[in-house]
Amino acid sequence: MYKWMDKHIKWVFTVPTIFILLFLVVFPLAYTFFISFFDWGMSGNTQMKFVGFDNYGHLFTEERFWNAVGRTFVFSLAGIVIEGVLGVALALYLNRDFKGRNLVKTAFLLPMVATPVAVGLVWRLIYEPSIGIANQVCMWLGLGRQPWLGSPDMALPALLAVDIWQWTPMVMLVVLAGATALPTDVLESAQVDGAGKWQLTRKITLPLLRPTILTALLLRLIDVLKTFDIIYSTTQGGPGYATETLNILSYREAFEYFKFGRASATLVVFFLTVLLIAIGFIKFKNKVEVEY
Amino acid sequence: MRVSGKTKKKIGRVGFYLSLALILMVTLFPFFWMVLASLKKMVDLLNVDKMFVFTPTIQNYIDIFSKYDFWQPLKNSMLIAVLSTVLALLFGLPASYVIARERMSAFSAVILVIRIIPAISFLVPWYILFNKLHLTGTYTSLILVHLLVALPMIVWIMIPFFETMPRELEEASWVDGCSHIGTFVKILIPLASPAILTATILSFIFSWNNFIFALILCTNDTRTLPTAVFQFMSYTDVDWACLMAAAVVITIPIILISVFLQKYIITGMTAGAVKG
Repeated sequence: MYKWMDKHIKWVFTVPTIFILLFLVVFPLAYTFFISFFDWGMSGNTQMKFVGFDNYGHLFTEERFWNAVGRTFVFSLAGIVIEGVLGVALALYLNRDFKGRNLVKTAFLLPMVATPVAVGLVWRLIYEPSIGIANQVCMWLGLGRQPWLGSPDMALPALLAVDIWQWTPMVMLVVLAGATALPTDVLESAQVDGAGKWQLTRKITLPLLRPTILTALLLRLIDVLKTFDIIYSTTQGGPGYATETLNILSYREAFEYFKFGRASATLVVFFLTVLLIAIGFIKFKNKVEVEY
Repeated sequence: MRVSGKTKKKIGRVGFYLSLALILMVTLFPFFWMVLASLKKMVDLLNVDKMFVFTPTIQNYIDIFSKYDFWQPLKNSMLIAVLSTVLALLFGLPASYVIARERMSAFSAVILVIRIIPAISFLVPWYILFNKLHLTGTYTSLILVHLLVALPMIVWIMIPFFETMPRELEEASWVDGCSHIGTFVKILIPLASPAILTATILSFIFSWNNFIFALILCTNDTRTLPTAVFQFMSYTDVDWACLMAAAVVITIPIILISVFLQKYIITGMTAGAVKG
């Protein structure tokens, strides 16, 4: 037995994992795709009814769905751009020797490793209109009280601020790690040739860091499109539908309204969108890297 | 007055540390605020004049474990995070070794796709399936789905590590008559321990933090910490004081891990990043 296992080690070592992934990933995806063609509410006595592409048809004619799509994209794009710019700027600024460098890195680690639900709840308290510190600061500055998460116009930007607070440090840490690993001789020889600090950054450091920056943005892209915990623990998609992204919408359709057919159609559209965008970005990234 | 180069440098340094302090304040403020609020009585929390000056109390911490049910979720979270991480190591380490050695790139592509796809896409079928199998809300179902967070994470971190390990090591061991499995356990695993530690930490953190799986699949008995915080909120009322104490309890293990094992976490994150 042991000998047999040793001889076929390639399969003995991988088959359990393949099996788990098939069971946990491939089967559910196929099943979701399958249900998306049926009208089905989970209760025991309703029959599944085949409806063809109706679920998709309804979805694509529904304003609520397109609003969720729009919100998901605006939120993601704004998040990536702001976090990218801020994160890279901070990394370049902190890329020097100073006391307490490790301590600073640990501090930057905290927003992204802390449990998102806990983080969301703290921000909910910060934004609380009557007892939150956000409004206290506004009062001190003479700006008056703001409704923050309570207003349809402000809720999404307020959540975007949380996302920026939470994830700019990630971009910064990844880029900083890349910057520390840059070959010092290139930078030094440019300095000897009389390049100024700004020129050095723009003409040499940034281009060399391009692959690292793109990777950090890719990681961000993959996650920001799926933002769930922060939104659920603060607004649950409200007020009204003001912060309802694709992820929240699918959750509501499936586990609040129990319309599994509809929810599955939304999920199929959602996961294909995320997958295609991510693959597109990876292709773009590889192309850019080859050019350099 | 002329400013000498030395003074200029000094001013620059002071400016740098000042801006650093500002950045750190923004980064750490929510944590500071969470701890501060968790030490306030509810009346003080509702009184904006007592925002910074108040008599601290640990009553909230006592309340969440006595008045509310927070002890069971704490045990559940620990159990699920530890067991799913251990299982993921058991399956993931051998798999990533073979994937690295045999250059099974299709396999790594699958892992990447799992990382990309939103977790909620799997949840409808799981929910239905676990219902049919009468497994909804059991530890088995929760540990199983948490494997989906832990397993790709471990494989993802370990593949590049095994790829850089020289083959000569294991070949020498085979020549000495050691079996493949023996070589893997006795020689490769010990050598890989720093990377394994990184993978373990990240897998534990992600499992501990996970919210959506438990939100949908748990029952009152098996709920994990992130889902258990919602007991402090009703439709009309939020017990902010206890809620913040709960948030502190959830976050503390993660913060301790980050402070003491920072190096490993950053390595893990950037390892994935450098590979892309």
